[in-house]
Amino acid sequence: MLFTSYGFIAFLAVLFVLYYLIPKRFQWLLLLAADIVFYACAGWKGLCFMAATVVVSWAATNLMGASLAKQKSFLKSDEGKTLERAERKAYKKQCEKHRKVIFVLALVADLGILAALKYTNFLITNVNALFSADIAAVDWVLPLGISFYTFQTVSYVIDVYWEKVEPEKNILRVALFTSFFPLLIQGPISRFGDLKDTLFAEHKADFKQISFGLQRILWGYFKKLVIADRLLAAVTALCGDPLTYTGAYVFIGAVLYAAELYADFTGGIDITIGVAQVLGIKVKENFIRPYFSRNIAEYWRRWHISMGTWFKDYIFYPLSVAPWLLKLSKSARKKISDGFGRKLSVYVSTIVTWFLTGLWHGAAWNFVVWGLLNAFFILLAEEFKPVSQRFRAKHERLVSGFGYRVFETLRTFLLMCSLRVLDCYRDVAVSFRALGTVFTDFNWGEVFSGALLQLGLTSADYLIAAVGVVIMFAVSCIQEKHGSVREVLWEKPVLCYAVFFVLAVAVLTFGAYGVGYDATQFIYNQF
Amino acid sequence: MEEILDILNGLGLDADFEHCTTLIDDGILESLDIVTIIAELSDAFDITIPARDIVPENFNSAEAMLNMVNRLLDE
Repeated sequence: MLFTSYGFIAFLAVLFVLYYLIPKRFQWLLLLAADIVFYACAGWKGLCFMAATVVVSWAATNLMGASLAKQKSFLKSDEGKTLERAERKAYKKQCEKHRKVIFVLALVADLGILAALKYTNFLITNVNALFSADIAAVDWVLPLGISFYTFQTVSYVIDVYWEKVEPEKNILRVALFTSFFPLLIQGPISRFGDLKDTLFAEHKADFKQISFGLQRILWGYFKKLVIADRLLAAVTALCGDPLTYTGAYVFIGAVLYAAELYADFTGGIDITIGVAQVLGIKVKENFIRPYFSRNIAEYWRRWHISMGTWFKDYIFYPLSVAPWLLKLSKSARKKISDGFGRKLSVYVSTIVTWFLTGLWHGAAWNFVVWGLLNAFFILLAEEFKPVSQRFRAKHERLVSGFGYRVFETLRTFLLMCSLRVLDCYRDVAVSFRALGTVFTDFNWGEVFSGALLQLGLTSADYLIAAVGVVIMFAVSCIQEKHGSVREVLWEKPVLCYAVFFVLAVAVLTFGAYGVGYDATQFIYNQF
Repeated sequence: MEEILDILNGLGLDADFEHCTTLIDDGILESLDIVTIIAELSDAFDITIPARDIVPENFNSAEAMLNMVNRLLDE
């Protein structure tokens, strides 16, 4: 069920009405039923895989919880009695080992399903290429949102293992956490500790929250239908023919894709958070105006935040404190140099984390190279940090000025556009070749002599998209300076209703649907 | 405390370890800095800092780091 379909709107309308009509203690069960309906629309097979993930996670977390409770209760009852300190320690270690076995088995099962379904063909293709083999590709359909719900469930299992959250005893609640439909398509990848109180709570209808939620949904549709889906035709045409569209076309394609991807992804997240807000459920933000970032590290703290923090908390940190890596760093400090040894664990963890981040985005080398290039630029910035700090100290007036801020922001934006070319062309060699032509083919004159109108968009389409982008940019500027735009408008009810009436009319009038357009899925859904 | 401050100040990070109590909350320390600190503390005190302990509360100030080190030494 596409977020942009009439069926989804009808589904939401029925759900919203029922949600506030039924007794509040049944609200979370209604949500679970809605999840099953939503997911079943994408196929029953996917539902079986999700059910397996739910059962494994529920069983594993409760077994770990029972083991921890038993350990605590035994040690408490024995305090100051029979066991020596060393024996108590040994008993604790034995219990921890038991929990570790359960934990590893749960991770293997949860991630195994994802790995098998998502990466088998990638493995077969590479084995065939390496060993000139002829293994046939498998025809397995990837269940809807599997990358998102698996990561969400894995975070829950790890958090229980790390004793950050209590295991949930009710399997239906674990099922709701795993399958909560607004989060399924493209996240945010939420944590059990953040979501449990709001997801399972009883919610009274709150006019302000419902209004804010509906306004946010509308804003999401504006971004998705008026901007993203309109630009899609031009981006598809430019990326689909890299031999014809070189030089300036590549540059324009990358910039248009940046606008399309931002409008598509943040629009989808607006719909997600808006739907949750109407239901009284608070979901964490996934973007903080990333295109205003002044460097790549800041960009990744503001773009797809839930994915970044997931990789940081569950891959980067555990890897960087792994005893073998710390031992290696220590040895490198002695044998090679102090500086190199100090940086080794940071470097290895960063590279591995970004390799996996790339692989998570897709089972293809272009995503892996994209991830590794991100690691390269993050580490390069880290290496140049002392130089940058000296420069900033020396030219304090210059770097605190507006002009320098614009320079840094543009530099970061263009760097991210360049890296994203790997996502546009989906082929490493083609991407680098295309990017190279930006510096060799100076065909700007040709581009602006009507060629852009051959890409499936009319001048009216470009105008609508441009106005949409300007509105999106203006809203971002207001948010950067004053916080929530809806809070500002809430104080002026007439203006508030006028703005959202115009927005609704804009979505209905300028949304990219009807003849010549196909309702398209969100870009991040494919990841 | 002296020992931990010496270690932290020796890392060349742009942070006021003596006074600041919001090193993580205010984004003064980034994830790469935290990993550098962990490697130094693990080496200096011969401890293993588990991933579950990498939370803002344990790295927001030098004192918080000291408390964490003492707890891990005691375990």
